[in-house]
Amino acid sequence: MSEEIKFKIDGKEIIAKKGQTIVEAARENGVYIPTLCNFKGVKPKGSCRICSVKVNNRFMTSCTTPASPGMEVYSNTDEISDLRKSIVELLFVSGNHFCPACEKSGNCELQALAYKYRMMVPRFPYSFKKKGVIATGPKLLKEQDRCILCQRCIKTIKDEEGRRYYAFKNRGNKLEVVMDEVMSKTISDELAKQAMENCPVGSIIYKEIGFAEPIGTRKYDKKPIGSNIETN
Amino acid sequence: MPKKITIEPVTRVEGHGKVTIQIDDFGNVKDSRLHIVEFRGFERFVQGRPYWEAPVLVQRLCGICPVSHHLAAAKALDVIVGAGTGYGLTAVGEKMRRLMHYGQFFQSHVLHFFHLSSPDFLFGIDGDPALRNIVGVAQENRELAVQGVMMRKYGQEIIYHTAGKKIHGTGAIPGGINKNLSLEEKELLLNGADPLNADKMVEWSVAALDFFKSYHAANKDMVDTFAAYPSNHLSLVREDGALDIYHGVLRAVDNDGTIILDDVDYQDYDKYIEEEVRNWSYMKFPYLKHLGKEKGWYRVGPLSRLNTCDFIPSPLAQKEFELFKAYTNGKPNGMSLHYHWARLIEVLHCAEMIRDLLKDPDLQNDDLVVKGEKLHKGVGVIEAPRGTLFHHYEIDDDDKITLANLIVSTTNNNQPMNTAVNLTAKAFMNGKPEITEPMMNAVEVAIRAYDPCLSCATHALGQMPLEMTIVDGNNNIIDNKIK
Repeated sequence: MSEEIKFKIDGKEIIAKKGQTIVEAARENGVYIPTLCNFKGVKPKGSCRICSVKVNNRFMTSCTTPASPGMEVYSNTDEISDLRKSIVELLFVSGNHFCPACEKSGNCELQALAYKYRMMVPRFPYSFKKKGVIATGPKLLKEQDRCILCQRCIKTIKDEEGRRYYAFKNRGNKLEVVMDEVMSKTISDELAKQAMENCPVGSIIYKEIGFAEPIGTRKYDKKPIGSNIETN
Repeated sequence: MPKKITIEPVTRVEGHGKVTIQIDDFGNVKDSRLHIVEFRGFERFVQGRPYWEAPVLVQRLCGICPVSHHLAAAKALDVIVGAGTGYGLTAVGEKMRRLMHYGQFFQSHVLHFFHLSSPDFLFGIDGDPALRNIVGVAQENRELAVQGVMMRKYGQEIIYHTAGKKIHGTGAIPGGINKNLSLEEKELLLNGADPLNADKMVEWSVAALDFFKSYHAANKDMVDTFAAYPSNHLSLVREDGALDIYHGVLRAVDNDGTIILDDVDYQDYDKYIEEEVRNWSYMKFPYLKHLGKEKGWYRVGPLSRLNTCDFIPSPLAQKEFELFKAYTNGKPNGMSLHYHWARLIEVLHCAEMIRDLLKDPDLQNDDLVVKGEKLHKGVGVIEAPRGTLFHHYEIDDDDKITLANLIVSTTNNNQPMNTAVNLTAKAFMNGKPEITEPMMNAVEVAIRAYDPCLSCATHALGQMPLEMTIVDGNNNIIDNKIK
């Protein structure tokens, strides 16, 4: 029995392995579907909704939906692009994403998606409470007003015993991701830099090396987000 | 009956200013004020931000000379990261910053002279307002306009290759620089296709200076008497007295040329300089503490720099400096329109320095950053195109900024510009209650000589008109115009 599953995204035939999600299969077949909360090695949860696609006239999160034979998926349509754009806009108004002075500018996935979906100005009113900067640790600071609550840091930044450096604090509109104060004092350089790398926005910043990487030479300065996946 | 007349387009001043002129019962100018009516609050909202953001964040004060703010902030943070003041950086760190600054000076001065001020010289203060702009310059003297545009472009290219962007770059970082100059970039800037190369910029800088000198020779009385007045002058100078726009010690001279402040390490600037707040302007009034508010105000900028320095360390500019000094028999020059002369000598100096610096192999070094023992306070001072610029930051143990104090170049020139406005208003408006366009432009020419950046000085968004109101002795509005 064949392990291959054949389905279509925007009319293009996709060959997936059994158990793969739509976004995984798309990636392997050269089709870019944007993601933010989804991260390699972490169980997908579909919380940010940026990977939404249309299947059988229903919106589905492609990071949690398994590919199935004969599926007709729509991703790169005007309707879905506008939906994704509005999600990006909502994330922008939920925080203080001031790109010009952000160390992550050029390497920021949210900023890159804003460019991809041609966001000029959010359609929604700004609606965030100022949370400020937590900078008590020696290597990392946490800019709470830029955090999009994706949980990538919570799920991926762990010590050798599997203890997490980051966790949720509070609930509802007071929800924040914070770093364990005690553990923050002993985090290795390598893991601290990994934490900054894994953060899709400029919320986790490695201290004291601001702007050492020149503007114009950064990841998304050179090529738009997703261009490393897209083959056509 | 009060009336309001609006004249467009907006005037050739960077920032939003308002002039009020009081007329007494005899129709004479009693008093005048240049009000700066905008508030920006950078000093407040950088508080709580990580210190390394300051050079990138605070430069957003301005789109004309952001490099000055970028470098002044970086210099202050050099102190905080333990790299010391001025000469503590690696050779490539300091020289890349200097190159960036010379490029910035060059483009900003050129923008001011060619785009903003040359229309006054070409068409006269009372020339047709429809022509008195850069488009009019292009129609009247195409060669001059092209030179202005291309010279500015060259300066912007220097900034691009040193700061990463032409406006609001990120090249200077605490303790150094984030890139060196590649050999390809060096070749492009030094020997690029005509006219964008270093030698052509020197040649055109000489030509621009000759243009002004010809105008001066033909209009000597006007240029020498327009808003001329005695004052103190302040700037950075190199330890040996040379003109140095990147680093040095603070020096001030009075109207006779007597040094009234010398060899001051700018880390201690607040021991020598204080700012007065007046309730009618968002722009403060700085003065030298030991001379007090009445006598301690001073001018800054190109004219002041050439009044305080002993020599210019580049040969062609030094020759021009000698002519400039000889014109006032070695005494400080207090003639407001001579700011343009001094500015163009500095353009030539920058062109020479850029040409020579581009040949320096240190620019290709890789040791970009140096750091030492961290401090909690740092002051960075630099000569911005418009004058001496002070940035002062303090941080807490978590690396967050707790205090920021900026004394911006134009702020230093607040009292001088008010004095120039007053003198010009009296000269052009005494006994004439109706404001005519040439009178208004005369006041603007006085302000323009100082190349003010009013947006920077109030640390403005939107349009930048100059509003002028004439009131009688009872504060009744006689006339009001927005230009």
